[in-house]
Amino acid sequence: MDFHRPETLKDAPTHYCPGCGHGIVHRLVAEVIDELGIRQRTIGTAPVGCAVLLYDYFNCDIIECAHGRPPAVATGIKRMLPDRILFTYQGDGDLAAIGTAETIHAANRGENITVIFVNNAIYGMTGGQMAPTTMIGQWSTTTPDGRGQYAEGGPIKVCEMLSALDGVCYLERVSVSSPKDVMNARKAIKKAFENQIAEKGFSLVEVLSMCPTDWKLPPEKAMDFVNEKMKKVFPLGVYKDRSGGRHE
Amino acid sequence: MAEKVLLKGNELLVEAAIEAGCRFFAGYPITPQNEVPETMSWRMPQAGGVFIQAESEIAAINMLFGASAAGARCMTSSSSPGISLKQEGISYITAAELPCLIVNMQRGGPGLGNIRAAQGDYFQAVKGGGHGDYRLIVLVPGTLPELYQLTMNAFDYADFYRNPVLILGDGILGQMAEPVELTPYEPILDLPPKDYVLDGCKGRPPRVVKTLYLHPTDSLVQHNLHLQEKYARIRRELNLYEEYETEDAELIVSAYGVPGRIAKGAVKMARREGIRAGLIRPLCVWPFPAAPFRKAAQTAGRFLVVEMSFGQYVEDVKLAIECRRPVAFLGKGGGWYPSQEEILEEIRRLSSKAQDPASVKGSV
Ligand SMILES: Cc1ncc(C[n+]2csc(CCOP(=O)(O)OP(=O)(O)O)c2C)c(N)n1
Repeated sequence: MDFHRPETLKDAPTHYCPGCGHGIVHRLVAEVIDELGIRQRTIGTAPVGCAVLLYDYFNCDIIECAHGRPPAVATGIKRMLPDRILFTYQGDGDLAAIGTAETIHAANRGENITVIFVNNAIYGMTGGQMAPTTMIGQWSTTTPDGRGQYAEGGPIKVCEMLSALDGVCYLERVSVSSPKDVMNARKAIKKAFENQIAEKGFSLVEVLSMCPTDWKLPPEKAMDFVNEKMKKVFPLGVYKDRSGGRHE
Repeated sequence: MAEKVLLKGNELLVEAAIEAGCRFFAGYPITPQNEVPETMSWRMPQAGGVFIQAESEIAAINMLFGASAAGARCMTSSSSPGISLKQEGISYITAAELPCLIVNMQRGGPGLGNIRAAQGDYFQAVKGGGHGDYRLIVLVPGTLPELYQLTMNAFDYADFYRNPVLILGDGILGQMAEPVELTPYEPILDLPPKDYVLDGCKGRPPRVVKTLYLHPTDSLVQHNLHLQEKYARIRRELNLYEEYETEDAELIVSAYGVPGRIAKGAVKMARREGIRAGLIRPLCVWPFPAAPFRKAAQTAGRFLVVEMSFGQYVEDVKLAIECRRPVAFLGKGGGWYPSQEEILEEIRRLSSKAQDPASVKGSV
């Protein structure tokens, strides 16, 4: 592991809570951008969510989008500047609730972009409300008795859902809840950027991530929550890989 | 000489946009503007540009947000219900000060309404629509030659002021055909360099396009003051209207867009009958061209506003003349428009009253 600050990260302390996964995912994305030497041709989109201040941390061009709209915004930029590298960085509310249509259609068009999807099963920024990925029985401020299968519906499994679309090149679900998971996550993120460089189309990496504050858990217990609870509902693995060629 | 063509308004719009260098279009089908995406779908690739049929109007306006940030001249078009969906995105684009063109070929509302022409979206266009203190430059062509020219100009205004421009048309403007000379695009303003474009930070520090202002705590006030300064400047500099026979008019008729054109016909006929009627027809409604109204209010005793709605534009006319003269109103909404005969009838009625000073006293 490299302990130097990647060039793609600014020398700035983040605002994230102790034990939050966003900082780890930022670092992985930045390391990959450094390693691929694409910082100066990369444009990132910031979501509305805890990662809205992405531009305070990322040392590359960033556009902050309306809640849920990053895939549409990235589409606009990428179509005008096809040789630039576009990544969206989105939470579960952004990507799988308010922005579901934008996600599905960007994926279905096979937009040649890289989506980093941080699934923490809760709305972090607004203080712990139910997310589309909140699990059955999971407490949130808007499911005080736990999420119910019938009133609220079960958690949306994004990789499984998108795997049905022909336009998608690559889908993998990873986690940042252990050192081994972090190494795997890095590989997946790298592949998602490499696919774009090779013009292979839509790649999405779903990252299971910790939100100790809104889960009301101490940081180490939050890792356990991912390992023991989330991984059961959201199994890790590759859900689609057509990176051998876009039209195979 | 430039080529003369006979095209529908919706098709002409596409030619004007492409001629002005627009290279990105995203939109979602809705009647009565479907010829715009349909024509764009083959004309844009011909011109080396990008056409996307978006999954919704929300997606379309957000694609523009991206394309504009990438430096493209870009546009979207829709009709009333679709324009409502774009409002969130429009607010973000104004906040980020990105240029783009939005076209609303208005139809009858509220709700799903109908697919006939209407002007019920005036308030939405000029008073807000989306959230926050923002303004759009709102152009209102009434003829196809005006639509052609104003569409090209719209891209210049957008780039010059770094602000979205809205063309507020209606279903008739989009559907009617008129011969138009396709004059070549010439910039009408000295355009500033696009120093905000996100194209990768090669050889420069990274750039950010954002609309969140949290720090310091008053930074959003500063940003708003900056926007207000810009809007004040646009108010000073942009003033587009047609005046017809206003010099000696005792009755000023005013309408914008297609009704403006119908009203002009009625004013012509009234003149033939010896009625001293005149016309003020704005070509932009934000900023509102108040000056000709104020001037006319010094000599004309009455005003008549004609609209394809139940009364929206009329409020701005009253504001412009500070209610110093009575303002009569002839409006039809729900997809219908006042005919030339109906307007003429109203002119006759008002002008005979205008002879009688007693009837002028009670202001409308
Ligand atoms: C249109 C709109 N609706 C709602 C909000 C309020 N809001 C801000 S962030 C957020 C949810 C964020 O959750 P998620 O996307 O999961 O990201 P996280 O904060 O957990 O990283 C909501 C509902 C908003 N800003 N805009």
